[in-house]
Amino acid sequence: MEVFSEKLGVFWDGYLGTLQMSLLAAIGALILGGVVAVLRIAPLPPLRGVGTAYVTIFRNVPLTVVMFFTAFALPLLGSNAGFLKIPGLTSVIKPLGTDLPFFRFATIALTVYTAAFVCEALRSGIGAVPPGQAEAARSLGLTFGQNLRHIVLPQAWKYAVVPLGSVIIAMIKNSALAAAFGVIVTLMGVVDELVSQEYYDALPVFLGVVVGYLTMTIPLGLALDAVERSQKKAVRR
Amino acid sequence: MSSVLYDSPGPRTKAMTIIGSVVAVPLIGLAVYLWIYRPLADAGQFKGELWGPIVDPNNQYFSLVWERWGDGWLNTLKAAVLSIIASLLLGSLIALVRRELRELRHRRFPGSPFGGFGRFGVLVGRGLTRAWVEIARGTPVVTTLYFVFLVLPIWGIDFDDRMWFLVIGLTIYNSVVIGEIIRSGMDGLPQGQDEAARAVGLSTWQSSRIVMFPQAFRVMLPALISQVVVILKDTSLGGVIISYEEALGVTKQMVEAFRGEHLAIGIPMYFSIGVIYIVVNYALSKLAAYLQKRLSRRGFKPIDKPATALVAEASAGAGGAGSL
Repeated sequence: MEVFSEKLGVFWDGYLGTLQMSLLAAIGALILGGVVAVLRIAPLPPLRGVGTAYVTIFRNVPLTVVMFFTAFALPLLGSNAGFLKIPGLTSVIKPLGTDLPFFRFATIALTVYTAAFVCEALRSGIGAVPPGQAEAARSLGLTFGQNLRHIVLPQAWKYAVVPLGSVIIAMIKNSALAAAFGVIVTLMGVVDELVSQEYYDALPVFLGVVVGYLTMTIPLGLALDAVERSQKKAVRR
Repeated sequence: MSSVLYDSPGPRTKAMTIIGSVVAVPLIGLAVYLWIYRPLADAGQFKGELWGPIVDPNNQYFSLVWERWGDGWLNTLKAAVLSIIASLLLGSLIALVRRELRELRHRRFPGSPFGGFGRFGVLVGRGLTRAWVEIARGTPVVTTLYFVFLVLPIWGIDFDDRMWFLVIGLTIYNSVVIGEIIRSGMDGLPQGQDEAARAVGLSTWQSSRIVMFPQAFRVMLPALISQVVVILKDTSLGGVIISYEEALGVTKQMVEAFRGEHLAIGIPMYFSIGVIYIVVNYALSKLAAYLQKRLSRRGFKPIDKPATALVAEASAGAGGAGSL
């Protein structure tokens, strides 16, 4: 147990690293997933095809393969994902600005992968809006844009919150995989550093790491449950 | 899906759609050429020597590569099937036990001197199972797997074949998720089912086991199959974390071996293994969609997946069934 008094800083750095990577990937995935969702509901079949292809590919391939591919392809293409070294942001999120690109690669892989699930969550939200709503809007003479903005999207958003939250929880857990690709500054990387390199007892280290992840996933999960329950109640009323 | 957003198109909209599509296709093609094909071609990724070992039967490495992949996929399937069976069995047990404990909540134990202990036991049991579920599904599979691999041998549980670590790690996580899927399936069944079972004199346990469980299993079959896809994808963690020789682990080894031969074959290799994964999982998710359709035709209304199923679907291996 002495690992906690001696190496608390390492745990904290890892915790922060996981939070930062999750935050970045969440923002990226929400944006990219939104774009893919727009493609998937676009009126033009070729655009829908692109969106569908994206979702099919990334839902069916393991994240591990995506990470390998990113870590292998980007350097070969001469990129170290330097475009993520955003001035200002790198001073807040330190791992983003380092010379070693793995944190950035892992964030990109996580973003690209999660975006497919975000797209599906958004789309399920739109699908959950009763068709009568949009039909009523159209018969009142609202244009496509007005219909989307005032009628469909506000309701779709409500239906999409719970699935979106689930996707984000899964993403936080998925970020653990980055440690297997040499990203030390995440919670899972702590195990690598303390157990594999400094030979601390595995059990307390794992205990710390698991508690770290649970402090992120369980509150989010409980919040989602609460949202879901209140929505169900609202529907019943 | 589109029906919410669009009216059925009239002649003018149809014409616009066709014109738009005709314009869009070359634009998409151009984008693919500029942003995907060109950078790869400039980096020399389409050279025959890189793809030869995978697609050219006359290549000296061809048979070797596919033999290794065959072994790798066999190992993947072995681990996946074992994990799936174990997770289903354990998950069903978790669902039944949690349901039983919930029903026992209001039970008094009159006449028994240990009645107080009985109630206390139920309370503790409920707390423990709930905690187990939250911990097992709130922890990343990566962490669970590495934990099993590092800590079980310390506790004297060791295996010569690393597959068992993978199977145990995947089972810990997926049994809990499957348990929650089945449990919410049972909760979603019409109230009358349980009431009728009790009216003919079945106990809670019998009602759960004989009446509720088989129906819940059938109703939740699509969700269960998506979980099967997740398990199949999660076996790929075995190759990375505990060096089990499954499909991806084998691919990784080969890429490293080829690097020794000064062949940077990573992109073709990982691309090909990705394609195989997509084909297999896509087929499975189509099966789930088909089952869902059949079930709804036979009057089984599919119940909304619990949030946990959605979480699971996006999880590390993640994937699958398109019922969203």
